[in-house]
Amino acid sequence: MTLRACSIALLAVLVAAGPALAPAPVVAQGKDVFIPLLVYRTGPFAPSGIPIANGFVDYFTLLNERDGGVNGVKITWEECETQYDTKQGVECYERLKGRGAALVNPYSTGITYQLIPKAPVDKVPVFSMGYGMSASSDGRWFPWVFNFPTNYWSQASAVIRYIGTQEGGLEKLKGKKIVHVFHNSPYGKEANPTLEELSRKYQFELTLLPVDTPGQEQKSTWLQVRKLNPDWIFMSGWGVMNQVAVKEAAAIGFKMDHFIGNWWSSSDADVVPAGDGAKGYKGATFHAPGTNFKVHSEIVKHVYDKGKGAGKKEEMGSPLYNRGVVNAMFSAEAIRTAMKGAKGQAPTPEQMRWGFENLNLTEKRLEEIGMKGFTHPIKVTCEDHEGSGPVLIEQWDGKKWNIVSDWIQPMKDVVRPKIETAAVDEAKKLGYSQRDCGKEK
Amino acid sequence: MIYREAGQYWLQAVLIPFLIYSMAAIGLNLLTGYAGQLSLGTGGFMAVGGYAAFKLTTAFPWLNIVVVFALAGVIAALVGLVFGVPSLRIKGFYLAVATLAAQFFLIWLFNKVAWFTNYASSGTITAPPRTVAGVMVTGPLATAGARYVAALGLVMLGALVAKNLVRGRIGRSWMAIRDRDIAAEIIGVRPLRTKLLAFGISSFYCGVAGAEYVFLYLGSAETLAFDIGLSFLVLFMVIIGGLGSILGSFLGAAFIVLVPIFLTNVPHMLHLPLPVALQKQIELMVFGGLIIFFLIVEPHGLARLWQIAKEKLRLWPFPH
Repeated sequence: MTLRACSIALLAVLVAAGPALAPAPVVAQGKDVFIPLLVYRTGPFAPSGIPIANGFVDYFTLLNERDGGVNGVKITWEECETQYDTKQGVECYERLKGRGAALVNPYSTGITYQLIPKAPVDKVPVFSMGYGMSASSDGRWFPWVFNFPTNYWSQASAVIRYIGTQEGGLEKLKGKKIVHVFHNSPYGKEANPTLEELSRKYQFELTLLPVDTPGQEQKSTWLQVRKLNPDWIFMSGWGVMNQVAVKEAAAIGFKMDHFIGNWWSSSDADVVPAGDGAKGYKGATFHAPGTNFKVHSEIVKHVYDKGKGAGKKEEMGSPLYNRGVVNAMFSAEAIRTAMKGAKGQAPTPEQMRWGFENLNLTEKRLEEIGMKGFTHPIKVTCEDHEGSGPVLIEQWDGKKWNIVSDWIQPMKDVVRPKIETAAVDEAKKLGYSQRDCGKEK
Repeated sequence: MIYREAGQYWLQAVLIPFLIYSMAAIGLNLLTGYAGQLSLGTGGFMAVGGYAAFKLTTAFPWLNIVVVFALAGVIAALVGLVFGVPSLRIKGFYLAVATLAAQFFLIWLFNKVAWFTNYASSGTITAPPRTVAGVMVTGPLATAGARYVAALGLVMLGALVAKNLVRGRIGRSWMAIRDRDIAAEIIGVRPLRTKLLAFGISSFYCGVAGAEYVFLYLGSAETLAFDIGLSFLVLFMVIIGGLGSILGSFLGAAFIVLVPIFLTNVPHMLHLPLPVALQKQIELMVFGGLIIFFLIVEPHGLARLWQIAKEKLRLWPFPH
């Protein structure tokens, strides 16, 4: 047989085998809780994606190993590689949702935007923890989407509040120059409307500097920064853009303790390449870094010591690893809330949605699960899917991240009206109608 | 229930993108395969189609969505004409660079000017719900089946027209320009008009494909969805499928869409517990290897391979 004939045969096999590979959904309703995990362990964003995915899997493994799951119901999951690419992420979701997905964590703003319209149709709650569409915080319009503990707009307002306290009061912001360096994508632009409104309210000079993806080249941006000589810089970056920005800021001699990244711009991978220059760089977060919490020792005991860890033990405690743990914990607590009616059974999609909406994570509960001081208590309601959780500021000391602030409340009076207006706009695009939260118990 | 879920996955994740990419590949094949003008601006022209359809349907909600797609194609064709003008003076790689400029310029424009997204703070465009003959075909409530039928109908119509175009006078003048432009000019083919026509019609197909891409496949999109990667993807489809072949556009799109999904699913079928990262890397390597393999075996693409297979099978089992 010639090579050509071989290739024809190969092609025939590929075409013929295709339909046979339609994923056979195993509907596990009632036995296990199945969670599709959209991860990115390869590609340009892998340095950020790997710790998040590991934190996730480690916490679920801990629950299964130590407690036999949630209320005795095992959690099962399957990872699907998205490379942080929207199309691949949607393909993953379509493939895995048929298996009775209890919830989905898109882990990309682009994928979240794709899944929001699908959520009420497929009856799979979308949990975009601290990312995605800020407008979806209004649960009256977006019943199936959750983005607690806090969203980009609340974060931006909390950062401005922090800057205010550093300057000696919010009224001192008048005339100060603040620059927002952002990834030129839906994600990066999210904070802009809030910052613009705050700049009008507190009369600081706001300059918006976009950086085109992926952000390896930022010389012109930082030339502008040097010309402006701002008092503070806030950054919404991602992936390689962060390390380049931190390096450039250090190179122009900007005061690093006046440079604050959002929670996707403040992990180890962002500051280590800049070496000593990154010392003093700050970041926003909604959970603590480090491994000094009970949950970490439990993970070591029940997961790593049994050889079931997803990553390396030494890599635990980085901000993004801890974010994966927090995200998994919120998911597990929502599942637990959803089970209120039917213990020992996997919740139905409607119960799951109810579980998210009625999640009330108290200080006491956090202590029970070994996360006291690790993150803030949160209460989700029908109207408020964001919870307006407070924000912490952490600072890089050259070796590790340290918390340098108290819990900072977002400016709910500014953010909430904006969310309500934006929710109407976004929901109108999708043809949604508002539900009456008063009627729901 | 299980069957329905699996069927929906096939429609949504495999067949709809396949049909839409086929449409774009037909467009690029008319320009590159038939008229011989190398273009790297496909993603940009698709973006024009997508954003034009969004602007049109939000400004005139009563307009039938099929008409919107056609008008979006026309707008993309006009933009294509503008960027096709340099093709009269420059050829080959230089033209590729000129079209690359179109790609970057258009994406930059849609990112920069908020008017194109109706001032959405996120810069994302969302397909609103629209019906055709009482059936919802776009928006979140449109079933995968309805969107599939819409994409199928459009690409069938497009392929039929394209096939007839390339058989007729226009197609022959394109091929004359492609094979030897000076000779073509001597026998009376007007290069400017012919090349511009190729750019216009090609961009029309790309524009319709771009509108379908947003409305029938993604549902909402940002400029990132139309980046340079998309241009290369469509170009690879055309090269692997076969330059100068309508069937090749379909085969190339099928190859690029189906093979990675096939490769992703293989470890599951064999129950191999591979870590996802390793799986993805193997997938990329095998996919790359397959592309090289097919191009070495048959540089004229899968369409040619199909033709040879047909001929061989007619003679089989008694070759001369």
